[in-house]
Amino acid sequence: MSNILAPLTIEEKYADMIRQRENEDGSELSILNLGPTHPATHGIFQNVLLMDGERIVDAEPTIGYIHRAFEKIAENRPFYQINVLTDRMNYCSSPINNFGWWMTVEKLLNVEVPKRAQYLRVILMELARISDHLICNSILAVDTGAFTGFLYVMQYRERIYEIYEELCGARLTTNMGRIGGLERDLSDTGFRKLRAFMKDFPPAFKEFEALVSRNRIFIDRCVDVGGITAEKAIAYGFTGPNLRAAGVDYDVRIATPYSSYQDFQFDIPVGKTGDTYDRYCVRNEEIWQSMSIIQQALDKLPEGPYHADVPDYYLPPKIDVYNNMEALIYHFKIVMGEVPVPKGEVYNCVEGGNGELGFYLVSDGSRVPYRLHFRRPCFIYYQAYTDMIKGGLLSDAIVILSSLNVIAGELDA
Amino acid sequence: MALDYTELQEKLTAKFGEEVKGFTDEYGMLAFEITRDKNVEAIQFLRDELGFNFLTTIFTIHYPDNNIERQFAVVYQMHNWVENVRVRFKIFVNGENPEADTATGLFPCANWMERESYDFYGIIFTGHPDLKRILNMDEMVSFPMRKEFPLEDGSRTDKDDRYFGRIPQNTNAN
Repeated sequence: MSNILAPLTIEEKYADMIRQRENEDGSELSILNLGPTHPATHGIFQNVLLMDGERIVDAEPTIGYIHRAFEKIAENRPFYQINVLTDRMNYCSSPINNFGWWMTVEKLLNVEVPKRAQYLRVILMELARISDHLICNSILAVDTGAFTGFLYVMQYRERIYEIYEELCGARLTTNMGRIGGLERDLSDTGFRKLRAFMKDFPPAFKEFEALVSRNRIFIDRCVDVGGITAEKAIAYGFTGPNLRAAGVDYDVRIATPYSSYQDFQFDIPVGKTGDTYDRYCVRNEEIWQSMSIIQQALDKLPEGPYHADVPDYYLPPKIDVYNNMEALIYHFKIVMGEVPVPKGEVYNCVEGGNGELGFYLVSDGSRVPYRLHFRRPCFIYYQAYTDMIKGGLLSDAIVILSSLNVIAGELDA
Repeated sequence: MALDYTELQEKLTAKFGEEVKGFTDEYGMLAFEITRDKNVEAIQFLRDELGFNFLTTIFTIHYPDNNIERQFAVVYQMHNWVENVRVRFKIFVNGENPEADTATGLFPCANWMERESYDFYGIIFTGHPDLKRILNMDEMVSFPMRKEFPLEDGSRTDKDDRYFGRIPQNTNAN
């Protein structure tokens, strides 16, 4: 328990560098504290920057401001109670996290999910991806000074949340799904809302693109800002849209298809230089691809049950729980985790809003996981941020942070 | 699949001999174990010779009931994007004096992942350029993900566990 290292604080390190530079060429460096609560960082990120005028010489990110020890909590919670932890990670696309977790559990328990549930999950996950990318891109426009585009598309995020509401009653932290499927089928109102969204969203999003994508100021702020090469991006563990913007077509949906993604036809957009503008374009195109996937899933949506027939793990219907002793006992047992769980170590990953979201579950056969590790894409690629902003302007650092779509909840877990 | 698990196993055994063992196919992923001081060599071999170009994740598991030499397992997981094969391996490190070699020389993304392992389990990665706490505050003295630390502080008085159907401090009292 002893050997705690006592590193230099950032300020001490930078004070040395400032003194050194003063002696070398007489230039004056200064320390700037960006964050933790700066409106342009949308999230609690602190970066201590060493500045030479407007240019960034060095940066030191401090993370962990909203660390909630999810991995520790998960070691003390049965499976159903872990789901609520997952949607607090990337809260812009919580259904992806939820279903990623259920798929991990289903892989461990060897549960086959019926086709209809898989398709509905795909629809919800793609809706989540749209809302995630919408936030990222419209806020990127806000950060460069274009507030209007944000207002055009934000009401469509609201429409997506209304579709979530039809399924699970919640909006942001959805806690959606069950082991083996969904808690209920999407209602007729839900389908009506979904169809209306599919009809109304494309024109509005086209308007957004027309407003922002070719805007002179936006292009000047984004092109050649925060570029990263493909080799570097891979070495830094980039996944998701940020990696694809650098020109690598790695997508978990294609590499290891889950939840019937192999049934759908869609493209993987890639960029070239990996700069802020490419990231923006990749996300925009992914929104169109998601729309196409949702349309295909709606067209091909099979009839049938919306959950697997696994009474050991799937909660009994509420009406039975209130009126039937046996169902009540089952409900209690499942929620408290008194169900047969095999021993094993299983890794499952899904394409989250920001990249490969992995769940590594070590089960020792007891009611709680022995160890649950979340591979959070944000946490891994945010370490490249220092490299990307060095030598650039302070205003570029804001835009780069925005375009990387670092979500504080996922970064700190 | 061009690179199947038998072939991988043979190549790894040919390279590392006795040092690599315990090959299993766990839920569709090849898993094995390697001796503690061979981890960097194994990552390099997997990356340069076998095409595992992506380090997916590094994390630690605590096994307090194992013997002292095998109390922490550091798990590395790598992915070959060309062949689309995943592999993971564990190294076991000493519980009293947990030390392992750093992989930051091969993959810069290992930097924060190793810092996270240090922060929560106290694994010292020798050769790491900036090994300090990452998510917890610097003043912290314990390594909170170790199994000996309970989730909740046992000395709390504002919350009576009996009202929540739990036995206080997980003892058999009451």
